[in-house]
Amino acid sequence: MSTFWSIWITVITLTVIIGCAVILYWCAKDKMGVQEGESMGHTFDGIEELNTGLPKWWVGLFVFTIVGALVYVLMFPSFGGFGNGLLGWTSADQDIVSKQDSINRAATSTSQYQREMNKADELYGEVFKGLTHDAQGQYLPVEEVANNTEAVKVGQRLFLQNCAQCHGSDARGAKGFPNLTDNDWLYGGTGDIIKTTLMEGRKGNMPIRGLLSEEQLDKEGLTNLTSYVLSLSGRKVNAIEAQKGKELFGTCMGCHGADGKGMQALGAPNLTDNVWLYGGSRKDVETTLLHGRNGVMPAWKDILGEDKVHIIAAYVYSLSNEKE
Amino acid sequence: MTSHIETQPDYNYTVVRQFTVMTIIWGIVGMSLGVLIAAQLIWPALNFETPWLTYSRLRPLHTNAVIFAFGVCALMATSFYVVQRTCQTRLFGGPLAQAVFWGWQLVILLAAITLPMGYTTSKEYAELEWPIDILIAVVWVMYAVVFFGTIVKRKTSHIYVANWFFGAFIITVAVLHIVNSAAVPVAMMKSYSVYAGAVDAMVQWWYGHNAVGFLLTAGFLGMMYYFVPKQAGRPVYSYRLSIVHFWALTSVYIWAGPHHLHYTALPDWAQSLGMVMSLILFAPSWGGMINGIMTLSGAWHKLRYDPILRFLIVSLSFYGMSTFEGPMMAIKTVNALSHYTDWTIGHVHSGALGWVAMVSIGAVYHLIPNLFGQGNMYSTKLVNVHFWLATVGTVLYIVAMWISGVMQGLMWRAVNADGTLTYSFVESLQASYPFYFVRFLGGAIFLSGMLLMAYNAYKTIVAPKGSLQPAPQPA
Repeated sequence: MSTFWSIWITVITLTVIIGCAVILYWCAKDKMGVQEGESMGHTFDGIEELNTGLPKWWVGLFVFTIVGALVYVLMFPSFGGFGNGLLGWTSADQDIVSKQDSINRAATSTSQYQREMNKADELYGEVFKGLTHDAQGQYLPVEEVANNTEAVKVGQRLFLQNCAQCHGSDARGAKGFPNLTDNDWLYGGTGDIIKTTLMEGRKGNMPIRGLLSEEQLDKEGLTNLTSYVLSLSGRKVNAIEAQKGKELFGTCMGCHGADGKGMQALGAPNLTDNVWLYGGSRKDVETTLLHGRNGVMPAWKDILGEDKVHIIAAYVYSLSNEKE
Repeated sequence: MTSHIETQPDYNYTVVRQFTVMTIIWGIVGMSLGVLIAAQLIWPALNFETPWLTYSRLRPLHTNAVIFAFGVCALMATSFYVVQRTCQTRLFGGPLAQAVFWGWQLVILLAAITLPMGYTTSKEYAELEWPIDILIAVVWVMYAVVFFGTIVKRKTSHIYVANWFFGAFIITVAVLHIVNSAAVPVAMMKSYSVYAGAVDAMVQWWYGHNAVGFLLTAGFLGMMYYFVPKQAGRPVYSYRLSIVHFWALTSVYIWAGPHHLHYTALPDWAQSLGMVMSLILFAPSWGGMINGIMTLSGAWHKLRYDPILRFLIVSLSFYGMSTFEGPMMAIKTVNALSHYTDWTIGHVHSGALGWVAMVSIGAVYHLIPNLFGQGNMYSTKLVNVHFWLATVGTVLYIVAMWISGVMQGLMWRAVNADGTLTYSFVESLQASYPFYFVRFLGGAIFLSGMLLMAYNAYKTIVAPKGSLQPAPQPA
């Protein structure tokens, strides 16, 4: 902020605060040439005004707030760019003015965000470490942590604050966001794989038209292929359509497998279990086939750190697996 | 009273009558919308899956309707009435006053059409798009010309204190509206603010809080300064107090906006000043309450049989309460709890229902008989019932929002031993439901009082001239 604006702010601020004190002093002292409590002598539509003195308690209140305000503006940043007040307090690192500054500060662990994260780690880090590590300081298997009632409770809280926005408070998901309670896994449901999914994130991609050409997937082709895909889950469809659709499915096998059971290494869904991430109506499946789908699971390792991710993985695992 | 009026100069009461009647009508419309959206928060199905009935579009319509339709009509009615009578001269500008009335009704009509259609600038209390903003500016300048023109040609030596406040309200709202609405139009109903980022936020809340400060506070203090002494038949308590609290209020209020942006990207110095100025504001705000309530010295007994005076005095009590609460909520530590919760809604409505609406209702009950050649309202009993409905409705509303607000603030900040939040957002929402119902109930009760008022006003207006006279009361 330029010096001009800082002077501008300082002058107006002090003028207003001190101006209040001056007008208060003037009206408390000056009787305006009329006896205290008498009428001022002017009448407006029958209304007169008395020259009553200011109530003492009210004057005291006013003075108190003015003095308090002056003390506060001296203590805390108040005069534009002129310093941060006597206490030197700031709400943030105001010397950071560029992205590079911010990166440099983060690297030295002294940015405000980093400081607060460090403080939180000091306070709570041990709790998460204790729940996830054995006596030798090694990570316990996720499956074992899932047997620890306390850890699962902590995992649920972390889930509610970080995951529920997409997967729902009950973890049953929503259209486009997998249900985590049905033991049906896109990438696999072992503790390690769940943890990897959380740590690194996932990018699911169903290509447009499943890589078929526009001619192959014309109106008829789309109807046929949809019928075949639905038939894989045992849905009632036109058998002739499904038969023709099967010929088109050849291209799909690359990811979904010859039997349509999917491939967890690629995150390609099983098409035979009647579980539908983007909806199982004929219309939904047609939309998926025509326009493709893109799903993103964010990577959490830099946001939450490994210990918390480990606990959430245990909670998610516990949703589909009975406690041993 | 009637014979008194006949000896006065030839006042322009037509425009005052028009604005007074519209105050009642827009009050009912605006408050009905409020009750509807309060109900939608409990029963979301009440939007009937219709875009123009969704909460997001009706909420700005509710705020615009109660502030700019109900509130401003009340202010225009009373300021035109008061400025004529205290200056002892007819309104300046001849047909301009009619242009102000029809122009303002057009603004309201356009708001009622465009907001449900989804046209919005997304600036709170300034949602209307640029063509309507220009119309507002034009009508407002005409309003200022009529008002200040009348002051200039006054027959009295001094300017009465009510007119200081009306004047401050008119000038400041013009400045606020024009500066905050500055925008680059890109289509007939679409524009972008000329400000960006934190500056835009600061300008918006400089406007937003001073809509409260100069429209809902200064404007209605002007109303109070005429109708309280007039209805009580007592002189104003302290002229000197008027001077201090007027100048302090107007110079300090304009600074209070940043308290809406505590703990945001707004620079620290602006947050500090927003907080301390809001605190200083406490005493000047109470100056108006003291001056109003103490005006009743020697006439307290009138409260027993005059429900109109009761409206006015209770409005001052709510005014005192919310102008105490406001500075407290502006303290950063308190704000950390109260901000973004229902406490804010409770605070706003203790001002909006308790102060603004009650003082307007009192003024309208005083105006209707005087404007339509009657000595009294059709039914004083109904005025009294209205008083109790309004009071009970307001109290239910604000108490529900206080409890729900503080509860939300506490739930959001509750932390487990492991540093995780104790409650998810949905849990705090679920806990708020009972209070949403009480709020809806309070609003509905308040609204029912407004319907009584409409009936009472109608019966007064259509009664044969001079047929309604007050029952004799002890002096």
